[in-house]
Amino acid sequence: MIWLTWRQFRAQTVVAAGALALLAVALAVTGSQLVHLYDTTVATCQAHHDCQIAIGAFESEDTFLQDLIPVVMLVAPALIGIFWGAPLIAHELETGTQRLAWTQSVSRLRWLAVKLSLAGLVSMATAGLLSLMVTWWSSPFDRLGMNRLDPTIFSERGIVPVGYAAFAFALGVTAGMLIRRTVPAMAGTLAVFAAVVAGFALRVRFHLIPPLHLTAPLNMSWVTQTGSFGRPGHSALLVGISPNLPGAWVNSAQVTTAAGRTSLGPALPACGPNFTYSACTAAIARLHLRQVIVYQPGSRFWALQWYETAIYLALALALAGFCVWWVRRRVS
Amino acid sequence: MTAVLRAEGLGKRYRRRWALSDCTVDIPAGQVVGLVGPNGAGKTTLLHLAVGLLQPTAGTIEVLGDRPAASPAQLARVGFVAQDTPTYSGLSVADHLRLGAHLNPGWDARTATDRIERLGLDLRQRAGKLSGGQRAQLALTLALAKKPVLLILDEPVASLDPLARREFLQSLLEAVVDQGLSVVLSSHLVADLERACDYLIVLIGSRVQIAGEVDHLLDTHHLLTGPRRDPARIPEDLQVISASHTDRQTTLTVRTEGPIHDPAWTVSKIGLEDLVLAYMSRTADAARRPALEVQR
Repeated sequence: MIWLTWRQFRAQTVVAAGALALLAVALAVTGSQLVHLYDTTVATCQAHHDCQIAIGAFESEDTFLQDLIPVVMLVAPALIGIFWGAPLIAHELETGTQRLAWTQSVSRLRWLAVKLSLAGLVSMATAGLLSLMVTWWSSPFDRLGMNRLDPTIFSERGIVPVGYAAFAFALGVTAGMLIRRTVPAMAGTLAVFAAVVAGFALRVRFHLIPPLHLTAPLNMSWVTQTGSFGRPGHSALLVGISPNLPGAWVNSAQVTTAAGRTSLGPALPACGPNFTYSACTAAIARLHLRQVIVYQPGSRFWALQWYETAIYLALALALAGFCVWWVRRRVS
Repeated sequence: MTAVLRAEGLGKRYRRRWALSDCTVDIPAGQVVGLVGPNGAGKTTLLHLAVGLLQPTAGTIEVLGDRPAASPAQLARVGFVAQDTPTYSGLSVADHLRLGAHLNPGWDARTATDRIERLGLDLRQRAGKLSGGQRAQLALTLALAKKPVLLILDEPVASLDPLARREFLQSLLEAVVDQGLSVVLSSHLVADLERACDYLIVLIGSRVQIAGEVDHLLDTHHLLTGPRRDPARIPEDLQVISASHTDRQTTLTVRTEGPIHDPAWTVSKIGLEDLVLAYMSRTADAARRPALEVQR
């Protein structure tokens, strides 16, 4: 059974290995230059007092790869689900070859288990290698204060791509088994995968670990927006802040009154059109406002990565278990 | 006679539709058994149940004394060639042989390579590029080389041209003689079975209409022609399978163990095809009868 699975999956593995090798060469050549450049310019810029120029110059290096990598990391798991997962069983059901496979002297359970684990492992290994290369290549940029918890970056680094690949693959297999036709199964896989990953990133990830709450007197240096809103004469004060918590993922940053209310009271004349910014901030400071910030600190990067990966792997395992049950009971 | 396949009250339902219902059948060992019936009679469903591709909704089925596909050992004893003889179109002939070797502990590589050589198939050829006849032969080779005790073929020649059809059946019969296995072969074409089978089962509307050795069936069924007479006045010892009347003549297909003495009848031998058709038209009549009563 291992031989047959390998024989059927050989072409895909070779294509994946080829693509990975190409990317590895490109990343290895440019990546080592990036590290050298970083060490000689950005790392020593403090001494030369030209950090802005050094960082600007560094960030405009290899923009093609910088643009390409997020796209690759975004579509790779989906492609794995669509082109490896969905046809795995659907193609057999569509062409009727399962009638050949299931009447050899191998139980259906073993047939599916070997297919799932072999192709699933190749999927996960592909995503893992890809993420390893990308994480290494991007590390100088990430060190430049790019937020690693930022939703677009977080899902393209570390170990979560492995979880995505496993989930996308299992989802594709399941869709193919239920729909029994390859192309509709591919479309279904893409739709569900995109919805789950987007929903997870937007709604679930932040709450994987209870976030930290920072409640403190308003830090005036974080205030980025002052003004008023509402009708003239009845307008209310508006103060917006953008917390400077390096590496943190801030979910909400609210300004409240000393009593904790979110409406800050009537607009301040000092913040009107005829007054200076310093007069406005001084007037705001006299209100003794407070700030409530809900955030995940940057130090939780790996904890969040492990949790998210574990959840996706668990989903993939659950789908695989469902496939096993279904193939033994329902499909023919 | 021991049974290679025994079904009792067997039924399979897809959602609301019964593809096979209340099927009771005994298929004896050591014979080439033809399973014949019209399209939709439940032949494929019965054979899929027999190889464990389907699970029965009702009743029981036993193949070689065990539940179909109960274990790898059970799977190894039953060879199956599915309808339209599926093969992996991207895999070469040699790959298919390797597949068989890897998936079957009892694989006989000699049988396989000898057959492929005799058939003149190119080992490097992809299965998708083979003709229908060659593909059927490849599928049969896979099923034979796993050295089964029972070989089940589901309409293996349905999509082949007459020449390929004859070659396929011939090579099947040669293999049966060589390996001494039991065969169950389904078809909706009696002519195919006439050449190959020595036992026939007529399955219509998921019920076995008649089963028996071909020679015996031909000996006990007769075609009677005579002057027209009322169907009610036909002697009791003649079991009428089908009857047709013109103004002056009555033609009966009858089943009887004894000889026919009534001189009014001209007795002629019946061909297998006519015999099967007689049973098919009988069930068609039976299905129509209640509707006629309502009209009266």
